[in-house]
Amino acid sequence: MICLGIEGTAHSIGVGIIENNRRKCIVLSNIIKIYRPKQGGIHPREAANHHAIHLADLIKESINVAGVDFNKIDLISFSQGPGLGPCLRTAATAARALSLSLKKPIMGVNHCVAHLEIGRGTLDECKDPVLLYTSGANTQVIAFAEGKYRVFGETLDIGIGNCLDKFGRKIGLEFPCGPKIEKLAEKGNQYLELPYSIKGMDIAFSGLLTASEQYYQKNKRLEDICFSIQETTFAALTEITERAMAHTDKDEVLLGGGVASNKRLRDMVHKMAEDRGARFFVPSKDLCIDNGAMIAWLGILMYNNGIRLKVEESYIDQRFRTDMVDVSWRD
Amino acid sequence: MTEKTILYRGAEAEICLTNYMKYKVVQKRRVQKTYRIKDIDDRLISTRTKGETKLIAEARKQGVSVPIIYDVDLKSGIITMEYIEGKRIKDIFNYLNKKERIDICKKIGVNIAKLHNNDIIHGDITTSNMILANDRIHFIDFGLGEKNNEIETKGVDLHVLMEAIDSTHSKYSDYFDYVIEGYKKELKENANLVIQKIEDIVKRGRYR
Repeated sequence: MICLGIEGTAHSIGVGIIENNRRKCIVLSNIIKIYRPKQGGIHPREAANHHAIHLADLIKESINVAGVDFNKIDLISFSQGPGLGPCLRTAATAARALSLSLKKPIMGVNHCVAHLEIGRGTLDECKDPVLLYTSGANTQVIAFAEGKYRVFGETLDIGIGNCLDKFGRKIGLEFPCGPKIEKLAEKGNQYLELPYSIKGMDIAFSGLLTASEQYYQKNKRLEDICFSIQETTFAALTEITERAMAHTDKDEVLLGGGVASNKRLRDMVHKMAEDRGARFFVPSKDLCIDNGAMIAWLGILMYNNGIRLKVEESYIDQRFRTDMVDVSWRD
Repeated sequence: MTEKTILYRGAEAEICLTNYMKYKVVQKRRVQKTYRIKDIDDRLISTRTKGETKLIAEARKQGVSVPIIYDVDLKSGIITMEYIEGKRIKDIFNYLNKKERIDICKKIGVNIAKLHNNDIIHGDITTSNMILANDRIHFIDFGLGEKNNEIETKGVDLHVLMEAIDSTHSKYSDYFDYVIEGYKKELKENANLVIQKIEDIVKRGRYR
């Protein structure tokens, strides 16, 4: 079975094609384009316009790279939520158009669950992980329990990526700020005390963001501020992940989301996993960030499990919670 | 030399069973985390050990069942306390009969209210952190607790339990209502303010 997946929840628009061969997940293509605002944060309408302009070309490119014909596509999958309404609607509209014109079934999938399933699909040993999902908007610790992917911990205010971007904007960096902050942090060595805020398995960043901005106003060395932000937020993220692993008795940890590209975060979670005798997994970078391939793969899993969606019922859901999905494809 | 048996290895601490003078005791030792820098690790271990000890002592004064503290070592992050022989609520909750489950939930609510009446925030109220012994519910692990009089913080404290019941005992997620019932009965200030806050927090949670 070959599925074309369209991702469009926020900054990124992506089209990926996956072949499912004897339950294996083979990525045939995975093309991503990212909307970068000239200034300020994401503007939902501008992002959606960006997606609409590029989507047709991305679909063609994805088909070319995969080397398959349109008539070989068996299923069209799209990100049904959560995300920004205008972006979701753009991706969904394209998916419906493809489904109707190719006369192929359509499937709407949960974006957060797709981040987890692509890890399980592409990493052989990764069977039942706790996922630390860190992106701009989302920061969740997700694991499978009693028939659903449940959120054991999450941010109580802003996502970690958003926290990094907000600080980055304050100091004049361009989106995405995470990689630039990471570079600066490598040259930091003096730890500046920052609020370390976790509640149970939940986490909060806004206090830390304010404190970091105050250090900036007091002309503390930028490299040290970035170093301290990373050390504090990543330690807290690693801690809630470890708590969730202890709570759910799981011995695999998986990273997902844009911030998973950060080497320091990877190192910390890897070290934590090693220390508790657990295994550490991280998908390749283009499967960590928002992408169409993961949407395609989850579409296949759901379709093969007998789940069907009619085009006329393929509404998007901006507030589609991770734990609203019945995970019938897993035991 | 006293023998030590590790009872539980949690995310942040090791719990061992050992002897202290003539008592059977539990030692909670906060383990150094090699993934975080020493500045953060030292700060967390010492402030959490100190804070937890204070909160446990205070909870006891307010009539909430908690372990008796025998000794504290801030530098190594070790608290030596009474060993409570009983069953974790997490392990028995799904197997109780309806009446027992309702009763336990109400008792949990009453105890949380006793803590909140004195601005004690547990910080990690999950069913793993409650032990049933001698018909009383003992609260353990105040490691993420604090003293705080804000409605917001009390709401978050209860919200943690709501999520824990939702995720770990999803069949019985309605039983959180009985926790609230017990809580309402015991709380001195207007419990509806806290309950309203929980609803706000649920709504505020991302993508809910």
